[in-house]
Amino acid sequence: MTITPILVAQIVLTLFVFVMLLNSAAIMVYVERKVAALIQQRLGPYLVGPKGMLQPLADVVKLMFKEELRPKAADAFLFALAPIISATCAFAAFAVVPFGAETTFFGLLNEPIKLQVADVNVAVLVIFAIASMGVYGIVLAGWSSNSKYSLLGGLRSSAQMISYELSYGMALASVLLVGNSLSLTDIVNHQAGAWWHVLPKWFVFVQPVGFLIFMTAGIAETNRAPFDFPEAEQELVAGYHTEYSSMSFAMFFLAEYINMVTVSAVATDLFLGGWHGPLIPESFGWIWFLIKVGALLFFYVWMRWTLPRYRYDQLMAFGWKILLPLSVVNLLVTAAGVLYFGA
Amino acid sequence: MPSLNDYLVLSAILFAIGTAGVFVRRNLITILLSIEIMLNAVNLTFVAFGRALGSADGQIIVFFVMTVAAAEAAVGLAIVISLFRHKESLNPDTFTELKW
Amino acid sequence: MGLFYLFAAVSVLASLLVIAQRNPIYSVLLLIASFGALSGLYVLLDAPFVAVIQIIVYAGAIMVLFLFVVMLLNAPHEETEYDERVHPLLRPGPMRFGGLLAIALVLELVWALTKGGESGPFANGAVSSVATIGRLLFTEYAFAFEVTSVLILAAMVGAVVLARREEWR
Repeated sequence: MTITPILVAQIVLTLFVFVMLLNSAAIMVYVERKVAALIQQRLGPYLVGPKGMLQPLADVVKLMFKEELRPKAADAFLFALAPIISATCAFAAFAVVPFGAETTFFGLLNEPIKLQVADVNVAVLVIFAIASMGVYGIVLAGWSSNSKYSLLGGLRSSAQMISYELSYGMALASVLLVGNSLSLTDIVNHQAGAWWHVLPKWFVFVQPVGFLIFMTAGIAETNRAPFDFPEAEQELVAGYHTEYSSMSFAMFFLAEYINMVTVSAVATDLFLGGWHGPLIPESFGWIWFLIKVGALLFFYVWMRWTLPRYRYDQLMAFGWKILLPLSVVNLLVTAAGVLYFGA
Repeated sequence: MPSLNDYLVLSAILFAIGTAGVFVRRNLITILLSIEIMLNAVNLTFVAFGRALGSADGQIIVFFVMTVAAAEAAVGLAIVISLFRHKESLNPDTFTELKW
Repeated sequence: MGLFYLFAAVSVLASLLVIAQRNPIYSVLLLIASFGALSGLYVLLDAPFVAVIQIIVYAGAIMVLFLFVVMLLNAPHEETEYDERVHPLLRPGPMRFGGLLAIALVLELVWALTKGGESGPFANGAVSSVATIGRLLFTEYAFAFEVTSVLILAAMVGAVVLARREEWR
């Protein structure tokens, strides 16, 4: 295997994506606490670093120095495996998400490489597959802790995740009908340009209901409020991660935030036009990507601290009786529209 | 490059492992898991032949086999649950009412 | 070629451990590993759609169902009138006979498959895209596709009815 500049660039890109995902989790910790504070009319972290920006660093250091506990009756192998599965699936799903146009890094490379770790031609399905593997981390965490809060929380959380995966998949299918390809890069490139030079050709304008369904199912998939009953402090101590401490707990947290980032990134690519946007040349499209993902993440945090929590049976009823039929109807209407308007 | 024979031998081994599981194990859930192993071996055979003959029909049949396997797993597990409720045991040797 | 041997070894080893494990939860997890290896084999066979569907349906849905049932039943490990310390695969009687039958089966199958002469490597066929499979499913195999949906409906209804607790009035 010859060491070409392209190979080096791709290895650097992979490491870069990994490091940036870790950073994004840290940034999300800070953003969540600060935005929550501002919504609740208090100050939030302001002591550590300028405006409290080094707070995530302090959190990480604290978590690293905590004692790693393991309940005696817990199944040791599964107890250790569960956070690994959660975190691995969270990182792996981002491997097929493109975040920028093809670039040659200002002429350093001979030919352009895509800003995507792996360009698979079934990228959308791969994301779905890895999301369904992420359920195992939670259900094994609940089971192996050998405690009733954990088991209940784990089972409820995984039942919720697999229920909302259906609507997630149907919303994805509606976008596939319009975008005509399973590769995320192709779908994003479909959304370049603008109608009448004013309205960008994003799929959110073609599929508004699909976008709402996707974001709702995404919030439920990542176990965030208002669908976070399984890890609610008031009801279940802390759900499936009750018995975890220190770095294992940090892995679960990391997995949750990175899942949020992945869902926002995929929604940006599918519905909001990815890296296309006015006023910035194509090679800097990742700036637009960051802006859009940031907006969706802010929306996530805003939802959490504004809406009250759904009770578990309300949550499941919503997923099965309202969201799933709505997504099926959306799919049918999209199919009719594609047939009539000829895509 | 692996040839068609390699894939067929692999799927034969997997099928035999599944069969051994069904014969030997005395736990209803493990028996169902062994049936899933057998179905997967069959899927591998279909896809390998489909590739060797250059047609997509192999993958279509795999699609249907997977669907049938899902339906059968669901119903099989429901039966296991109701059996367990009856006798508190997952050993097929305890369900002997129909023996003569 | 190395990838083929890697995936094949993982799937065979995981399947062997599935039938050799006492704890059903470990069996389910090992089977998931075996399915992952099989998915890799499907990618090697130029069938990316089947590979991803294998992960989504088999490893992601059916195995979750198995895991839920194992956790729900919280079944004790196999107890029979046999000695608990002897491993399930080594117990006398029907188990040894079953094991011998399985070995005979694998020998027969390998003999039958390799007797047909050496087949060469695969022809350079085109990668079947998802579009091809979709087109086939909705034209040639449309009837089977619709029947499958009825089958799943029947399975759903059956599973709910069978697993329901009987309410004695």
